[in-house]
Amino acid sequence: MAEITFRQALNETLREELTRDENVFLIGEEIGNFEGSYKITAGLLKDFGPRRVVDTPIAENGFVGLATGAAMLGLRPIVEIMTINFIIMAMDEIVNHAAKIYYMFGGQCPIPMVIRTPGGGGQQLSATHSQNLEVWFSHVPGLKVVAPSTPEDAKGLLRSSVLDNNPVIFLENLALYNVRGEVPEGYYTTPIGQAKVSKEGTDVTVISYSRMASVALDVAHRIEQETGLSVEVVDLRSLRPLDTETIINSVKKTGRGIIFEEDWRTYGIGAEIAATLQEEAFDYLDAPIKRVASVEVPLPYSKPLELAALTGARQLIEAINELAPRRRRR
Amino acid sequence: MNKKQSQASDANKNEQRASGSSTALLENEDRDTLVRYYHQMLFIRHFEEKSAEMYNKARIGGYCHLNLGEEATVVGFCAGLEPKDYVYANYREHGYAVGRGIPPEAVMAELFGKETGCAHGRGGSMHMFDVNHHFMGGYGIVGGQIPLATGAAFALAYRGAHEIVACQMGDGTTNGGPFHESLNMAKIYRLPIIYFVVNNQYGMGLAADKGSAVGELYRKGCAYDMNSVRVDGNDVLAVRDAMRAAARLAREDRQPTLIEAVSYRFRGHSVVDPDRYRDREEVERGRSHDPIAMFAQRLQDAGLLDDAALADIEEQTQQELAAAVKFAEESSYPPVEGLFDFVYAPNDASAGER
Repeated sequence: MAEITFRQALNETLREELTRDENVFLIGEEIGNFEGSYKITAGLLKDFGPRRVVDTPIAENGFVGLATGAAMLGLRPIVEIMTINFIIMAMDEIVNHAAKIYYMFGGQCPIPMVIRTPGGGGQQLSATHSQNLEVWFSHVPGLKVVAPSTPEDAKGLLRSSVLDNNPVIFLENLALYNVRGEVPEGYYTTPIGQAKVSKEGTDVTVISYSRMASVALDVAHRIEQETGLSVEVVDLRSLRPLDTETIINSVKKTGRGIIFEEDWRTYGIGAEIAATLQEEAFDYLDAPIKRVASVEVPLPYSKPLELAALTGARQLIEAINELAPRRRRR
Repeated sequence: MNKKQSQASDANKNEQRASGSSTALLENEDRDTLVRYYHQMLFIRHFEEKSAEMYNKARIGGYCHLNLGEEATVVGFCAGLEPKDYVYANYREHGYAVGRGIPPEAVMAELFGKETGCAHGRGGSMHMFDVNHHFMGGYGIVGGQIPLATGAAFALAYRGAHEIVACQMGDGTTNGGPFHESLNMAKIYRLPIIYFVVNNQYGMGLAADKGSAVGELYRKGCAYDMNSVRVDGNDVLAVRDAMRAAARLAREDRQPTLIEAVSYRFRGHSVVDPDRYRDREEVERGRSHDPIAMFAQRLQDAGLLDDAALADIEEQTQQELAAAVKFAEESSYPPVEGLFDFVYAPNDASAGER
């Protein structure tokens, strides 16, 4: 096992995929000469040339549509959208076209395309550069959505996404790029649609994804050491399709569930999971499901305001303490 | 030559011209080909009239936009391409689907929502598709098809393929972002594509020159240093020749072209549109330039068709059309158990080249 950063995991996998399959190409703004706004594609233009690593004009709808069209003819584009905020310009090509073409034309034309894009706040980038829009995509039949939290899963899920014959939204998070983690040697894939119990526990389940899943894991270990409370952490890894089985089984075991997400609460991933749990595990619940999410404001620039708006470890700890079985409470 | 000079000379090479009606002389043409164009135009005319009739009988649902009045544009577009070239179109595409070789039975069955339709009844009037004929879709979102078509051309250039892409759209589409983003990319990546604007003079009810700051839409190509041409969309040979010239540029030099074919929409925007916003006199004038009647006259004047031959073709098209309607009527609807088919493509099947 080697320990590498999330950024390295992505870079290595992109390199591997470009080498493995001639139909794979990368396309996006500043991914070539500039080597990526967040340096995920560093060195790739130099090694694979401009045919395989394509710098685009600032025209998100245009180049996402272009990638979709190229996928219609059997190429396997990996698109980078500099940050998820800019994907809004490309929603027509993603939702009306990439997500619909296979179905609407009667199964004649798959769209094997990956769109990688980082979301997340906390960088003082203010309202239009700090969003989490995973719900928009997770809502749409025809799309798949993944959101890994570790370098290991970043590799495994990126491989699966490139191999998939459907459009996959591959969500990254700005604050994860420098996170280090162990990565198995050799070729492996992480299946899309499979959550992972990243820490077993018996008292309460925390369900999360992307960066918040890594925060949840830290919190769970800390609480267990400090209080003896046994927290189970489910890392969703995929948002669509959603692995409801793993979530339901975990909450049936612990009787308590918290969904922890960086996104806004209303109509969120947490709302979907809470509804699923009350439908499928109602008789097992010992307490209402809790949602821990960010405050519903456009994210402000000023540091104290930004901190007040974002959710984090403190909010999760509070929720766990409120929800935990009484015998375990401090 | 330094780089700057060479760019300037490239720019000069990119023509912008408004050609009038066809310069093609009938004596240089193959008779059977001309008769086939006539036959195809007439078939599309009747196909669309039948579509309207079936819509009014509630056999066809949703929106239904017709190619009536645009038959020369449609047939000229199709005739300028090679059989394996790829076509993307908008939602007014029944004629293009038939013109590119999709059996009329499958197009009519799609309108009827039947499993035997060319999109297995999942798409309807606005979403014809047949991967075997490289007909890569009708698209209902205005402009949505343009980046896709540009991407198909990207894939062909990526592979060094012989084929090219032709992307049809309406006049109103040239006012939106996807048009401009796509033309720009086609030029910087040197993609083998023809952007084909059917200027039927109305985007729904808005006159083309009220929606566009530039009334001559082909001139928008100059922003992208692109070869651009305007042709008489009522002249099938003029349209075909413009397509052929553009196809040659795309195939041999990997240069995109913007073509504007000026035509006239004979009826409202869709079957249900009573067309109250157009002046009756204007509509009568537009309809008087009937591309089919004019072409028939030309063929007759040249002694290539007589009344008996015209009657024969009329009879044949009626028979073909009756067969298409019969097929559509007798086909089954998709089984409801198939509702979830095609939401996701399987990963075991190969998603190879198309």
